[in-house]
Amino acid sequence: MNAISRSLGKLALIFRRKRFRSDLDEEMAFHRAQAEKDFMARGMSEEEARYAAKRQFGNATLLHELSQAQVGFSAEAVMQDIRFSLRQLRKNPGFAVTAILILALGIAASVAIYAFVDAALIKPLPYSDPSRLAVLYESIPLGAKFHLSYLDYLDWKRENKVFSAFDVYEQQSLNEKTSEGLRQVVGARVTSGFFRTLGVKPILGRDFYDGEENPSAQRTLLLSYGTWQNSYGGDRHVLGKTLELDDVSYTIVGILPRAFSFAPAEPAEFWMIENPAKGCEKNRGCHNLYGIARLKPGVSFASALADIKTIAQKLERQYPNSNRDQWAFLLPLDEVVVGDIRPILLVLLSGAGMLLLIAGINVASLLLVRSENRKREMAVRGALGASPRRLILQYATEGMLLAVIGCALGTVCAQECMHILARLIPKDMLASMPYLNGLGLNAHVVGFAVVLALLSGVLFAVLPLARMRFKDIREGLSEGGRGSAGVAWRRFGSNLVVLELATAMVLLVGAGLLGKSFYRLLHADIGLEPDHLATLQVSGSESNYNTDAKNIALARETVQQVRKLPGIVSVGLTSKLPIEDGDETSDFRIVGRPYHGEQNEVAFREVNADYLVTLKARLLAGRYFRDDEDKSKPGVVVINQTMARQYFGGMNAVGMQIRTGDKDPPMLIVGVISDLQEGQLDAAPRGAMYMPFNQHPMSQFALIVRSTQRVEDLLPSLEKSVHQVDPGLAIFDPQTMEQKIHDAPSTYLHRSSAWLVGGFAGIALLLGVVGLYGVIAYSVSQRTREIGVRMALGAARGSVYRLVLREAGALIAIGVAAGLAASIVGAMLMRKLLFGVAAWDVPTLAGVAMLLASSALLASYLPAHRAASVSPADALRTE
Amino acid sequence: MGKPDLLPGTLDMLILKTLARAPLHGYGIAQSIKRMSEDVLTVEEGSLYPALQRLLLQGWVKAEWKMTETNRRARFYTLTAEGRKQLGVEMSEFQQMIAAIGRVLAEQQ
Repeated sequence: MNAISRSLGKLALIFRRKRFRSDLDEEMAFHRAQAEKDFMARGMSEEEARYAAKRQFGNATLLHELSQAQVGFSAEAVMQDIRFSLRQLRKNPGFAVTAILILALGIAASVAIYAFVDAALIKPLPYSDPSRLAVLYESIPLGAKFHLSYLDYLDWKRENKVFSAFDVYEQQSLNEKTSEGLRQVVGARVTSGFFRTLGVKPILGRDFYDGEENPSAQRTLLLSYGTWQNSYGGDRHVLGKTLELDDVSYTIVGILPRAFSFAPAEPAEFWMIENPAKGCEKNRGCHNLYGIARLKPGVSFASALADIKTIAQKLERQYPNSNRDQWAFLLPLDEVVVGDIRPILLVLLSGAGMLLLIAGINVASLLLVRSENRKREMAVRGALGASPRRLILQYATEGMLLAVIGCALGTVCAQECMHILARLIPKDMLASMPYLNGLGLNAHVVGFAVVLALLSGVLFAVLPLARMRFKDIREGLSEGGRGSAGVAWRRFGSNLVVLELATAMVLLVGAGLLGKSFYRLLHADIGLEPDHLATLQVSGSESNYNTDAKNIALARETVQQVRKLPGIVSVGLTSKLPIEDGDETSDFRIVGRPYHGEQNEVAFREVNADYLVTLKARLLAGRYFRDDEDKSKPGVVVINQTMARQYFGGMNAVGMQIRTGDKDPPMLIVGVISDLQEGQLDAAPRGAMYMPFNQHPMSQFALIVRSTQRVEDLLPSLEKSVHQVDPGLAIFDPQTMEQKIHDAPSTYLHRSSAWLVGGFAGIALLLGVVGLYGVIAYSVSQRTREIGVRMALGAARGSVYRLVLREAGALIAIGVAAGLAASIVGAMLMRKLLFGVAAWDVPTLAGVAMLLASSALLASYLPAHRAASVSPADALRTE
Repeated sequence: MGKPDLLPGTLDMLILKTLARAPLHGYGIAQSIKRMSEDVLTVEEGSLYPALQRLLLQGWVKAEWKMTETNRRARFYTLTAEGRKQLGVEMSEFQQMIAAIGRVLAEQQ
């Protein structure tokens, strides 16, 4: 028979496994029966004959296995091992749950962070040959990354020798005219070769053709895929339709691919053709564009930079008025897209990697403890005929099974982890990170998880085996000496536990401080009551609202219209809302005091009479202004407490006069209020003054409305009523004050860092506690005989507890002490992130130390308890 | 002194030779070898059945269930044509081996 039919034969047998087994059984039964008959014929009794036959026959099970091994039924053995391991895990739920949970946590964190790394750093940008693309800037003495001007761009394009393609882009916020009024959108303006430079082709319609910038041509634009789906329902007939942006009509000529995004300009809904005839583009000194260029083959970024630098210098000489101190700068495109977050991601990845490593070692140490406790079982199995090979396979299968289950669970949790991590990123930052759209369990990420599963499986299979030698299996029946390997492992384990506890301490202190900071931040006094407040930005077009009278009328009508809504308590109006950037500052001088050119800079706001009332600000002296105080009356102003204290000392500021410039009319200070937080929640107090809107009217303002009802529901009706005043008004950014505070950048920063560090701290705590348990349990298992002797000699149970807890206590004490020192250093480094909390905040440090010590002691209680419940007779019997 | 161990690889040959005379079941093969070798060679059951499996897979024997004289079901093994050929090959190899060993052991002057 040749090899093929032989293997076919094997295959056939595998399918008829059961039949094969029963056949063999029957055959062997027959053989045994014959042998029995023979023995009886020789004169033995029936029973003796049966025993003799069985003995002669030998180990029937072993025979089975050997016969099966011939046919290659090792798969059967593996299935048996898996079933056995599962049974073992079910019998020890505590061990199984702990080991799997720890592994799953480590895997989930690593896989989730790897998914971010993959999406941001590994996945290539959606352009052809993206590593050859560069972003170009003009640099000035103040900084390197400033805009280009259109005329400079044309010169650079003509003169350069290093680019095969060169275009420009600008991100803009525009007003789109829709049937409901004006809608604020984000768009980008590009030159005609932009998409060709990137190597992107529209999936529908056409790209811009060369020279489409020609001002006499119809203005055209391309839709982003997302906008096409969301606003136009994916309708293919959208090509050729027009839409109006900022009072200019554009024709849709193409749709961009789904995978396309351009991070520096995202989230752009529309990609419009550049218009070189517009105001800024005609002026060489007006800078509003960034450049994007493709390097010629063989040209390096350094030589390209040198080339454009020479061109910029030439232009400097040619146009000294506009181009003085204007130089050139460029960066590779992927540097621009991910350069900022690359270091953060890599730090997070290494942090997660370390956690995973520690988790793996913890589980391995737990496995080791278990294997020590099963030495006897293994020895008995060996004596009953199990080959060392089978025993190794047993251990290996258990280890692999743990790894596979832990990794599967971890990968599933990783999905959730990714969502949690994504929510830590502020929404506007997320919008400019289009590469995170593909975040999820894609092929790379799952592959990474599989690799981790294999690596951890190998680790868990090998580590307990490395500790065992096969002589030990036989000698295990009598617990002989502990090898030097045992001591080495204990020392390694103890050092690792101290390190883990110290790390957990540092992270917990960090999390505690950041958490406290965040709490203080949210409860900081911002001078107003943010509940039940709704806000809205309103902007009238410059052409329609060009006189003071029109602006005042607009403001008055808007306020009146809004007041008609149900549940409105009061309506305020301001040039800029609080909790923003605190800018819009102005100089001022005090009338009657000598002015020597000091820079007295304070923030200024134009507000209506009800504004401060709506906010429920606190009036400290004087009064608010009245609605009738417009330009016909003398100028008035309300200042805040910081300004009063800084410039008027202990004196009562009410009644003093100030002016913004020598030519400006004086304003009478009529009131002083407690500080309103104009900047971010953690900004330092700063002087601010509030002038009546009716004395300084403008066409753009923000509404802030206090209502008795739920303000989230109020927002849509608020928008509608403002539209009723004039449908041509641009209305945007409806949010409640509480949402605004919640989404503010500094709030996000504090919240995200508290959660991130807290997450890592929680995992580190768990790892430290489990690590400690592993080490103590291992040491107890090594000392069972010693404990038995002690108890037999009369030691009370209490002393056994003390024995074990002393060992644990020493480790905990060292770990916590080291951690305390390290966390104070760490907190010092983190000073800038803390708000209202000192780096050496004693309650936090003490609280964390106690939390860590008590959880660690609790973990060591279990092995102590087990040690104390050892019956001395059992322990000594193994001698 | 214990019973001498069977030389490795010779068990297959002995089984094939035994079956060359007549089809037999497993027990019968073991008894036959024991008898023919005058009790020197005892085939361990632990080696017999795996060997029979091997021979089955190679296609040198074939097996079928039959009834014995005592009306018990037993599996009888028969030598196939390839098995007969293989027996010839193994026997000649074995004899060459024996002759070579004999030459080494013989007294040389």
